[in-house]
Amino acid sequence: MTAVLEARNLAKTYETGGAKVLALRGVDLSIKRGEFVAIMGPSGCGKSTLLNLLAGFDRPTAGEVWLGGERIDELSETELARLRRRKIGFVFQFFNLLPTLTAVENVELPLLLVGQRRRKARTSANALLSDLGIPDKHAVAPAELSGGQQQRVALARALANTPEIVLADEPTGNLDSAAARDVLGLLRQARDLGQTLLLVTHDASVASAADRVITLRDGLVANETALVAARQVTPLLELEGAQ
Amino acid sequence: MKELFLALLSGQRAHGYELKRSLEQEFGSLLPALNAGQIYTTLARLERDGLVVGEAVPGDSRGKRVYRLTEAGRALLAEWIETPASSRGLKDEFFMKFVIASSSGLAAPETLIERQRREYLQTLRDLNAVLEANGKGPAAELLVEGAILHLKADLEWLELIEQRLALREEAP
Repeated sequence: MTAVLEARNLAKTYETGGAKVLALRGVDLSIKRGEFVAIMGPSGCGKSTLLNLLAGFDRPTAGEVWLGGERIDELSETELARLRRRKIGFVFQFFNLLPTLTAVENVELPLLLVGQRRRKARTSANALLSDLGIPDKHAVAPAELSGGQQQRVALARALANTPEIVLADEPTGNLDSAAARDVLGLLRQARDLGQTLLLVTHDASVASAADRVITLRDGLVANETALVAARQVTPLLELEGAQ
Repeated sequence: MKELFLALLSGQRAHGYELKRSLEQEFGSLLPALNAGQIYTTLARLERDGLVVGEAVPGDSRGKRVYRLTEAGRALLAEWIETPASSRGLKDEFFMKFVIASSSGLAAPETLIERQRREYLQTLRDLNAVLEANGKGPAAELLVEGAILHLKADLEWLELIEQRLALREEAP
C-alpha cells in the first residue's frame, strides 16, 4: 500500500526570547491509504507542531512532508492553500464552523471552492449531513446546534471533497462523553468507507479508536502500537467467593 | 458475595431463588451467570456462621427455605456499609512480572512495557465498544467509565516507568 501522508526526519525549532525550543527532533511517520492513525502525547510533546507541519500551516526546520506522492513543505502559500482545499479535511476541537452560514452551507463551501456547481454541491452536502446523523436542521445556524451536532457538521465538511486525509485535532475535546463516542464512531465509519484519518489527542481512550496509536514524547516518536477490532468483554464484575 | 446477600436480606426475608433474581436485576449482565449451587453454598455458609437463619416454608414439599438476617448478620452488614472499600492500590501483576522478568533477564523491560501498553490500549478500545453498544444500563456505564479512567492511569504509569528506565540507562 502506498503512503498517503509521510513525514521524513521532520524537525522544528522555535526561538523564543533567545532560547531555542526543539519542538520536533526528527519524526518519521507514514500513513497508508485507508489507515486510521492516532498521535497521542501530553501537551508539549510536539503533536500540535507535527499536525501544523503536516497540514502545511507551518514550515519545518528540517525534513520533508509528502502528501499523496507530492512534497509539500516547499510549496508556496498559494499552492498550499489550494492543496489543502482539495486534499485535506480538517476537524478541530472547537468545530470552527462559519457562524453566519447554515449547517448545509458550511458543508457545501469546500465543494463550491473547488468549482462545483451550486445545485450539485447542495445535494452532496445534504446527503453527507444525513449520513452523519443530521437528518434535518440542515438550514439552521451552527449556534442552534449542540456541540455533538456541530462536530458532525464539521466532519461532513471535512469529508465533502473526499480528501486524501482527514486531520482531526482533539475532535472530542469539547464534547460530553456520549457525543464524543458518537463522533469517534463516525470517524471509524468514515474509515470503514475507505477514508484515511489522522487523529491527534492527549487522551488514550480517544486514541484507542484508531487502528494504530503513535505516542510522541519530547518531539520524538516514543512508541507505536497496532490495535485489533474490539474484543468481547463479559462479564464485567467478579463475585468474590463465587466459584 | 456474602455481604451482598446480607444486604439483600436486610429489608425482607427471601429464599435463594429470589436472591439470585435480585442480583440479576441490580447488575444484569455485568455479573457472570450465577448457578443455584453458588447461591445455596453461600447461604449455607452464612447460616453456619450465624449470620442468617433459614426456616422451612410450612407446607412446601420441595423443602424450600426462607432466610432472614440475625443480629450478628445485621452487625456485620452495618460494618461493611460503614467501611470504605480499599483501593486496588499496590496490587499489580504487571509490576511484579516486570521487576522479576527484568532482573532475571527473562525478558527485556522495553518488550514487557510494549506488550502491556498494547493490552491496555486494546482494553480501552474493548471497553469503549461496550459503551457504544450501550445495552447494559447506567450501572454498567459507570463501571466501564471507572475502568477506562484506571486504564488511562495505567498507561501513564507505563510512560513513567519507561522514562525512568531511559534515565537509568543514561546515568554513568
